[in-house]
Amino acid sequence: MSIDLSQFFEVFFEESFEGLDAMEAELLNLEPGDLDSETINTIFRAAHSIKGGSGTFGFNSVADFTHVLETLLDQIRNGERNLETIHVNLLLKSVDCLREMLGALQSEQEPDLTESNVLKAEFEIILNISHDETKESNTSVNTKSLDTYQVDFKPLHHLFKTGNEPLYLFSELADLGECSVSSDLTDLPDIHDIQPDECYIAWTFFVETHEDDNKIKEIFEWVEDDAKIEITLCGGLFEDDEPTPETTAAPEPKTTVKESNPESETVKAPTKEASNEPAKKPAKTSGESTSIRVGIDKVDSLINMVGELVITQAMLTQLGEGDMTENKQMALKEGLAQLAHNTRDLQESVMRIRMMPISFVFSRFPRLVRDISQKLNKEVELKLIGETTELDKTVMEKISDPMVHLVRNSLDHGLETPEHRIEAGKEPVGKVTLNAFHQGGNIVIEIMDDGNGLNTDKIQSKAIEKGLIHEDDSLTDDEINDLIFLPGFSTADAVSDLSGRGVGMDVVKRNIHALNGSIDVTSERGKGSTFTIRLPLTLAILDGQLVTLGKHTYIVPLISIVESLQVDLKQVNCVGGGVDVLRLRDEYIPILRLFQIFNHTGAIEELDKGLLVIVESDNQKVGLLVDDLLAQQQVVIKSLEANYQKVDGVSGATILGDGRVSLIVDISGLIKLAGLKRAGSQKLAIDNPMLEPG
Amino acid sequence: MKKILAVDDSASMRQMVSFTLKKAGFDVTDAKDGSEALGIAKQGTFDAVISDVNMPIMDGITLIRELRALPEYKFTPMLMLTTESGLDKKTEGKAAGATGWIVKPFNPEQLLAVIKKVIR
Repeated sequence: MSIDLSQFFEVFFEESFEGLDAMEAELLNLEPGDLDSETINTIFRAAHSIKGGSGTFGFNSVADFTHVLETLLDQIRNGERNLETIHVNLLLKSVDCLREMLGALQSEQEPDLTESNVLKAEFEIILNISHDETKESNTSVNTKSLDTYQVDFKPLHHLFKTGNEPLYLFSELADLGECSVSSDLTDLPDIHDIQPDECYIAWTFFVETHEDDNKIKEIFEWVEDDAKIEITLCGGLFEDDEPTPETTAAPEPKTTVKESNPESETVKAPTKEASNEPAKKPAKTSGESTSIRVGIDKVDSLINMVGELVITQAMLTQLGEGDMTENKQMALKEGLAQLAHNTRDLQESVMRIRMMPISFVFSRFPRLVRDISQKLNKEVELKLIGETTELDKTVMEKISDPMVHLVRNSLDHGLETPEHRIEAGKEPVGKVTLNAFHQGGNIVIEIMDDGNGLNTDKIQSKAIEKGLIHEDDSLTDDEINDLIFLPGFSTADAVSDLSGRGVGMDVVKRNIHALNGSIDVTSERGKGSTFTIRLPLTLAILDGQLVTLGKHTYIVPLISIVESLQVDLKQVNCVGGGVDVLRLRDEYIPILRLFQIFNHTGAIEELDKGLLVIVESDNQKVGLLVDDLLAQQQVVIKSLEANYQKVDGVSGATILGDGRVSLIVDISGLIKLAGLKRAGSQKLAIDNPMLEPG
Repeated sequence: MKKILAVDDSASMRQMVSFTLKKAGFDVTDAKDGSEALGIAKQGTFDAVISDVNMPIMDGITLIRELRALPEYKFTPMLMLTTESGLDKKTEGKAAGATGWIVKPFNPEQLLAVIKKVIR
């Protein structure tokens, strides 16, 4: 029987990653010296399960590495060794390393073993120092049992030529105990190619014996150089210590060497089989997982909703039979209202399935903060609030990296060293708070620190130096703080290990924008700063503003709309390159005529007859000329790429209430499409005023 | 069809053991820890029990001890899944009433080789 083990891999990876998360969380909880047996047992169990699973499924590199972890943990668990800080640090590093290794294996790549070998050596140093005797004591404890060994015997083709007859070996093996055998004929060549004096067959035996593996080795000793021999202990049956008449007679060998049907017997090592298997699934390159675990309560509520929907449907069907009376019409209206209600509930329930508590992201931070604060020699207390706040799984996976960046920044730039804090009259321990809550249809995540706050002077001078603002620009503190989100901005004096990897706040902002979210900062000198991220609960639904363009309806994402206004032609100028700009409260805003970009006729073409929707994307504001604004509503996003092809300036489509398809405008794509140069907050040189003022 | 109760806290191992045994023609029920297994075992009868040792809530050795104390499981074969190095566990398991043990890690063929010694 050959079983394809790869079908269990996905479950194995999932539970291993969960195990690693649990290990990490418990390790961070551990106080050296004060040892809670349940905590250490949980950690041990996680390592133990990963080792067992990886061994079974043929991931030997992982199994080898987890073995040393397990050994150390076992000693700590049994009280043979005290838990020390170096152990915790080493174990934490191993958790990271295992994540990498398993991640590589999951994407069907060979894991990089450099890191694990270094760590393994460190473990071995710890384990060997005072614990040479444990191994011996282990082997001396043995319980009498009738053991089953698997013996793989794969002779080289020249076996017969060296004068060996495998049959003798087999009968000697059968003398040890009950023996079953299967043969592997995969190497057997075509009948014309067979050399009669060559051995093409390999055998797998299961032997049940009282002897140990040395006895088996002895049998095959003579052919060691002419064959591949592997002896594996599979298990055994316990026997009474007091020899009973039955067991004393047991060495009576039952020489039943059964030669079984060769066709059904292609015994291959499952590990080989798994690795030779061509990639069935497309290799996942990112860490985004493809399955979710859903609580039973969520599924139950879904089933409940569907139940109600069926009832409503039955009611409506009944009403639809026969002639329509006035009474029936009333009931029909009621039924339709109920249907709308059911549909909304159902929609919410389905959305809830994709929702997961933000603790999945938050749980990364205790570790991160611990590592960074150690490196920076700062003392930090991390507070997590609103861990149960739920948000869409996809959003969650994508928000994690920007958050890590922000927290890193807070620790590196925001919080002061303990000495500086004492000087400033603060507690020596800095505080970083992560807070998540729902507000309207959004989730808000705040990252607060009680550090130094943003240094507005430094930011301003840096911005001037980089040519982002003019020296004589008078900016409010909030406006200055917003400058940190501009591309190419970094105030770190020196490139440190933590920040200054070339990833600036502009990338953070761009990532958040890609999720239809926004980020702001508020800061007070000496008191700390707060970064506020606002995200839609899901990527599948968007709050949109419906706008008309001739006979067509477009949707502009509500989150990018700053304001809408009627154009005063006196404020409009035409700049070089043929772009009209609107002067609006000291800002010059390029005007994009949507009907031109999307090539529609029949739309309003005069600036002063239509409406201008001011939108912002990537720190750039543009005005979109549209005919009129309609309602604001939530729309379900359908991908154009999946159904048609990518269209520049359009991020997706949706179906309106009347069944028409409406396109969702992609602001940043639109700006690129229109070929606008990045204006930023720089002043534009104005020429050719369209209308003289006054 | 012979009924086997398979107990392991790891879902992948549970699936692998169940799948292998089902393919070999056994009727398999699985449980994720000792106490769940004990509950299941009390509700029905099984021809053999295969259990992991280290599990949360109730470990495999306690499970075997508890089951062995029940009259209907007095003679039921019970195998524990253990690593080769965990020899002290073997002694403990034997004292608790285990029939035998299977070395972890194992492949389906090895698993069946041992199981077929206690149940056909």
